[in-house]
Amino acid sequence: MAKRDRMSGNEAVSYAIRQINPDVMPAFPITPSTEIPQMVSTYIANGQMDTEFIPVESEHSSMSATIGAEAAGARSLTATSSAGLALMWEELLLAASNRMPLALALVNRTLSGPININCDHTDGMGARDTGWIQIYSENNQEAYDNFVQAYPIAEHKDVHLPIMICQDGFITSHAVENIELLEDEEVKNFVGEYEPEEFLLNVGKPIAVGPYSVSNYAMEARKNQEIAMENARDVILEVAKEFEKLSGRKYGFFEEYRMEDADYVMVIIGSAAGTAKQAVDDLRAQGKKVGVLKLRVFRPFPAKEIAEALKNAKAVAIMDRCESYNANGGPLGMEVIAGLFRNKVMVETVNYIYGLAGRDFTVTDVYDIFGQLEDLVENGTEIEQFQYIGLRK
Amino acid sequence: MRTDVSKINEKSPHQDLTEGLMLFNAGTTKEFETGEWRTNTPVWKPDVCKQCLLCTPVCPDSSIPVVDSKRLNFDYDHCKGCGICAKACPFGAIEMKEGR
Repeated sequence: MAKRDRMSGNEAVSYAIRQINPDVMPAFPITPSTEIPQMVSTYIANGQMDTEFIPVESEHSSMSATIGAEAAGARSLTATSSAGLALMWEELLLAASNRMPLALALVNRTLSGPININCDHTDGMGARDTGWIQIYSENNQEAYDNFVQAYPIAEHKDVHLPIMICQDGFITSHAVENIELLEDEEVKNFVGEYEPEEFLLNVGKPIAVGPYSVSNYAMEARKNQEIAMENARDVILEVAKEFEKLSGRKYGFFEEYRMEDADYVMVIIGSAAGTAKQAVDDLRAQGKKVGVLKLRVFRPFPAKEIAEALKNAKAVAIMDRCESYNANGGPLGMEVIAGLFRNKVMVETVNYIYGLAGRDFTVTDVYDIFGQLEDLVENGTEIEQFQYIGLRK
Repeated sequence: MRTDVSKINEKSPHQDLTEGLMLFNAGTTKEFETGEWRTNTPVWKPDVCKQCLLCTPVCPDSSIPVVDSKRLNFDYDHCKGCGICAKACPFGAIEMKEGR
């Protein structure tokens, strides 16, 4: 039986962690993810879970210890944000190349500079090529649901890759909203026991993890890792299907909101999708054919499915809460456009940078963007294909 | 997924490699000759050696084999020529020579 409550995003993820009761959690505090290890520690102190919590001296150590524990045979996770994720950089790649199905609760926060602690996706997008599965959440409910699905995806025998469950810092992590929680027993059964085939503390069956690889092997190993990421596509959908049976909540690579006959579509990740949906409702009431494609799974990138979903649109706004400084667009913009091109879907696109370092993104901004797209298509007005929204000029 | 890694070689297709290049064995580094990295070589003088065994524990590569409480000649397949043993020897029984 589902239980109704109200929680912040951090509370929701901590609650999921308690229900999963993993074996080991090394962590180091950093705003805005600090509450997660803090709340988990409280659960442990209160005897509500028996995870081994390791307070470490840095995020370099927390990720190293998480990998070490996972290699030893323990279901492991950690949580971080921003500079913490940056300090884990080297280990993120090792977690993936050593095929460790560990989990990370990422609470998205910008990276300096200018020095700032607010929300954008600079941290997560910076780690987009580290070989991790990345799933983004719009609100506390999705952060919770995504976390419950994390281990069944990561630990699947065709995958064995680390998984990052992301939520927007402060906006989602600290805002309290209604939530529907699963029973402890339901989560326990859904996630199951961790039974790795090979692990370091397997007496009598010695293994070596992460050995040096000469050039004659490394390229083949990377191809195998890439195949695992491709395999993750089917597994993510299978796990979502099972999760729907349990919770009644449906998940895929992305959510299509009022997309059925939409001429103009906004592609967006995270909490700002809620703002976009509100604006779409307002514009629909005025008879505008607009919709939102809210991307949930960024890695593996569902290029084909996105292209298919956008093929009937006249123009698409691709929203990046991250600058990539390639002087050409944001990371989501580049990948969506490449995906459209490869699948021969030649719709107009505009790549917008929004909400950097906690800048507000409002329904008015969304009206303006849809207005621009309409102007582009209806009147042939030339529009910069890569621009900032909400920028003082 | 336990695989006989001795059957994997530099011609194996990617499908045959183990996940994450995991090795299912212990002590496999013995089979890998790392002594070729050496640019200086320790030379043992058995007639000067008192068999005090101060050299063996300081060797970072376990390249001084001990049998029946007596050290034998260096394991040159794995000795990197760091010279720590020569420094540790109180009797001048280990001399460093240039080259391999």
